Parts: sequence; C-alpha cells; structure tokens
Amino acid sequence: MRRIKKTANFIEKAMNTIFTSCGFLAVFFVILITGFLLTSGIPAIGKIGIYDFLFGTEWTPTSATASYGILPFILTSVYGTLGAIIIGVPLGLMCAIFISKMANPKIAKTVRASVDLLSGIPSVVYGLVGMIIIVPLVRKAFNLPDGANLFSAIIVLTVMILPSVISVSETAIRAVPKEYEEASLALGATKTETVFKVIVPAAKSGILTSVALGIGRSIGEAMAVMMVSGNVANMPGLFKSVRFLTTAVASEMSYSSGLHREVLFSIALVLFVFILIINLLLNLMVKKDKR
Amino acid sequence: MQDKISTKRKVKCAILNIFTYLSAGVICLILLGLTGYILYRGLPHISLEFLTSKPSLIHETVGILPNILNTVYIILITIVITLPIGIGAAIYLNEYAENKRVIRIIELATETLSGIPSIIYGLVGMLIFVQFFSLGTSLLAGSLTLVIMTLPTVIRTTQESLKTVPQGYREGSLALGAGKWYMIRTVVLPSAIDGIVTGCILSVGRIVGESAALLFTAGMANEVLGILDAVKPGNAGSSLTVALYMYAKERGEFEIAFAIAAILLSLTFVINMSAKLTAKILKKKGAN
Repeated sequence: MRRIKKTANFIEKAMNTIFTSCGFLAVFFVILITGFLLTSGIPAIGKIGIYDFLFGTEWTPTSATASYGILPFILTSVYGTLGAIIIGVPLGLMCAIFISKMANPKIAKTVRASVDLLSGIPSVVYGLVGMIIIVPLVRKAFNLPDGANLFSAIIVLTVMILPSVISVSETAIRAVPKEYEEASLALGATKTETVFKVIVPAAKSGILTSVALGIGRSIGEAMAVMMVSGNVANMPGLFKSVRFLTTAVASEMSYSSGLHREVLFSIALVLFVFILIINLLLNLMVKKDKR
Repeated sequence: MQDKISTKRKVKCAILNIFTYLSAGVICLILLGLTGYILYRGLPHISLEFLTSKPSLIHETVGILPNILNTVYIILITIVITLPIGIGAAIYLNEYAENKRVIRIIELATETLSGIPSIIYGLVGMLIFVQFFSLGTSLLAGSLTLVIMTLPTVIRTTQESLKTVPQGYREGSLALGAGKWYMIRTVVLPSAIDGIVTGCILSVGRIVGESAALLFTAGMANEVLGILDAVKPGNAGSSLTVALYMYAKERGEFEIAFAIAAILLSLTFVINMSAKLTAKILKKKGAN
C-alpha cells in the first residue's frame, strides 16, 4: 500500500514538473527570440550608426560606397499599413454590422462562413492572384509602365486584414448589451441610427482592438506584398515600386553576406519592435475594455 | 408615427444601409471571385501525373509529389511536438498554476508569440535551428520553427475548453480519492477533447498556409524524401506554399502556380469545414 502511494506521489510530482515546464516554455521562447534578434541585430546598427540606419534614405548595400538607410522601408511599411487600415476598417466594420445587426440569420451565416474561408487562404495565394489580376489592372487603370507598386500592395493587404477586422468587431458589436439598443429604439431612433450612434460607439474599444490586429497583420505580411509591390528600395509613393520592412529581409537574405546580412537582422529587429509596440497597445486596450 | 421621421434622417439611414449591404456584398464577391478564378486557372492542370511525379528536366515531367510529401511531413513533425507541449502548458495554466502573476506572464508571452509575423519566425528559426543547432536548411528545422509559431493556437484553444469543464467534475474525482494527474487524465482531458482537436486542426491550417517562416528554414529542394529522411538534419524540402512562390515569382510558370493554389485552396476549405464539424460533433457527445 505504501509503495503504491510512493509511486503515485512520484508520478504526481513528475507530472507537476512537466506541466510547469510546458507552461514556461512559451516565456522561454519569447526570451529566446528576443535574445537572438538583439544579439544579431544590434552590432550592425552600432557600425552604421543609429541615425544613419533609421533615417538614411539610401539603400545601396552592394555598391562600392555602401549605405544602409532603411527609412524607405519604414515609411513604406507605415504607409502600406495605413492605406490598408483606411480602406479595410470601414469596409470590415460595415460588414460586421451587416452580419450582426442587419442581415437575417441565414444570410449572416453565409457571409460569416465566407469571412472564415477568406481568413484561411494562404498569403502566397493572395500574392499570386494579386500578381496576375491586381497588378495588370492597376497598370491599365492608371496608365503606368508597371503596376507592381504601393497601391497594388495596399489593395492586397486590405483584403488580407478584412477577416480579422470583421470577426473581432463583430464580437465587439454582439457584446453590447441589448438594453442599449432597446432604449434607443424606444426613444424613437431608427434601427440604422441606433446601430451607428449607439451600438458602434459602445463597441468602440473592441473595434479599436480589431484595428490594432489589422495593423499587426499587415505590417508583418511578407510573401503577398513581395509578389505585388515591385520590390525596389524607393522612397514610397503611391504608384512607385516599393519595398517593405518584411520584404527587405526576405528578398536579400538568400544572397547577402557580411555587414549586409547583419543589417537584414537589424531590419528584422526594427520590425519586431514595431510589433511589440502594437501588441502592447492591444494589451492596454483589452485591459481597459475589461474594466 | 413613421411620418415624424424627417426626410433628411430617412435619406441618411438609407445611405448608411446601402453601404452596409454593399460592403457585405463586396466581401462575398471577393471570396467568389478569388476562388472561382483560382479554380478556373488551376484545375485544368491538375492530373494524376502532376500529383504523383517530381519535377525533372530529363523526363520532362512537372509534378508536385515532393511538395505534397514535404507539407505532410512538416505537419506531422510539427503537430507531434507542439500538441503535447501546448496541451501541457494549457493544463498548467488552468489546473496547476495558482499565482495570478505567473499566469499573466505566461499568457502575455503566448499573446506576444501569436503576434510575431512569420517572416521573423523564419529568420529566428534560421538563426536558432539552422545555424545554432546546425540542423542545416531542413524539414526538421522548418518544423521546429513552426512548433514555436503554432504553440499559442494550441494553448489558447485547449485552455478555452478546459475552462468549460465543470468544476464539479474535478471535485467529484478528487473526492473519490483520485490523484491530481489521474483526475486530469481521466476526467478533465476527455471532457476538453473538442478544444484540443479544434486547436490541432487550426494549427494544421496555419502550417499548410505558411510560407515566409519556411523559406529560410526548410529550403527549396524538390526531391522525394521518405519519412525517415524527413526527420534527419540537412534534408531540405519545399512545402506547397514555398513551391507556389518559387514557380510564380522566380520562374514565371503561372499554370503550375495556379494548380498548386487550387490545391491549397481546397485544402483550406476542407480544414475549415472539419474544424467546424469536429467542434459540433464533439460538443454534442460531451453534452450527452
């Protein structure tokens, strides 16, 4: 009897240790990623100088007098994300309103299913379709020599962030207490007025969360934008071929060496810092929402 | 009553309504157009030969068998590692951990992991697994990278379904003299199976669609590998997504790219459907 208890105790203790270490593995991974990015990204920034690195406008890593300014990439990522948010958020929010408040249940179900399907499509597939349909379309519509530019990238990014914007803001709209709606209707507001003037403001923090998610998704997207943005290190313009932070890393990783390669890790570090800031904002918003 | 609403308000409402309906229409149109176009361009090129041969200049064959196999291997290796760890972490968070601050830190770490873009996973995976552990550009290195990436999904879905297991089950089991691990194994885990399976399927979906994290970790080779070779360091192989990217961007062979896209799209739909179905079926079973 005592032996059984002993083995049982041992198993209990062992499982406790195993589960605890599994739990802390996620923390360990975050530290690991941060550590590797810092140690491989910082040296190059030191060599170039942080000002020249972040605010330099010239990216010529392979020329004789190499210069490593990544301002074009930073601005492109910011503009691209901003563009996708400006088009994607109103569109997504309207669609979320449609699903949760306007449509009859059957249609709402269909639209929601389409949104789910859109969110599962791999980014290379978006990139391929963008490359074959959007790029030529943009070229013809605006009479440009090449359609692979920031504008095409914004369109593709918009479609890619829509699913997360829609599903998160839909959840937020659904969470608004029914009494708000009933009170507004009872006071004589129409259904549409109620939705836009009562429910949407009440769901504000949830909708902001969806915006932050969209920002995170579009600033981190690499493969799809690489296929449609033209991938030239220009200062951004709506109809210029551009390169994002993500694509700068992805496109030169395979052949770079020496300082050039180190700089690519520094770019990844900058991207990582951007993502951490967005995550932090997201966390603060969720916290505020809970209160 | 209705007459009291001014025309201005009516027009305003009508316009907003129209925009709402339009935006929902746009979403559906995007999905229909996207799938329709990809299937239209891709399906004609899918044949038995295309699915079961490898690309070879000598035999003049174009096939994606290696890429299909690589994708399957990557899924298997990743899930086998990530599932136990993820479930373990969720059990710790829900059953063992008592310190609120510790739970908060782990949850914060999981959220951070789920927000990191895949290109950064690819880069760090290259630094850690390919170089530091000198696994070389290999399916193994790619899979290990994806383990870190899919971990948050498994933890979250498992944790959510663990939370729905009634506290009475645990108390009943413990009161009958069961140890904590015995209680978890026989009472808690079986009741949380729906979340575990859903997490597993969602991770498979994420792995199938992943490309940026695999580009520099799993490589671009197109050789047919056996399952035993797949877990050896140094054996590179491109998944379906990476192959699509290479065919479209580097070689300009769009017909093959569209054929792969059609396959990926169908896989996505199947995965999406099965996630919904299993959640439904397993939940019903649990209720009985």
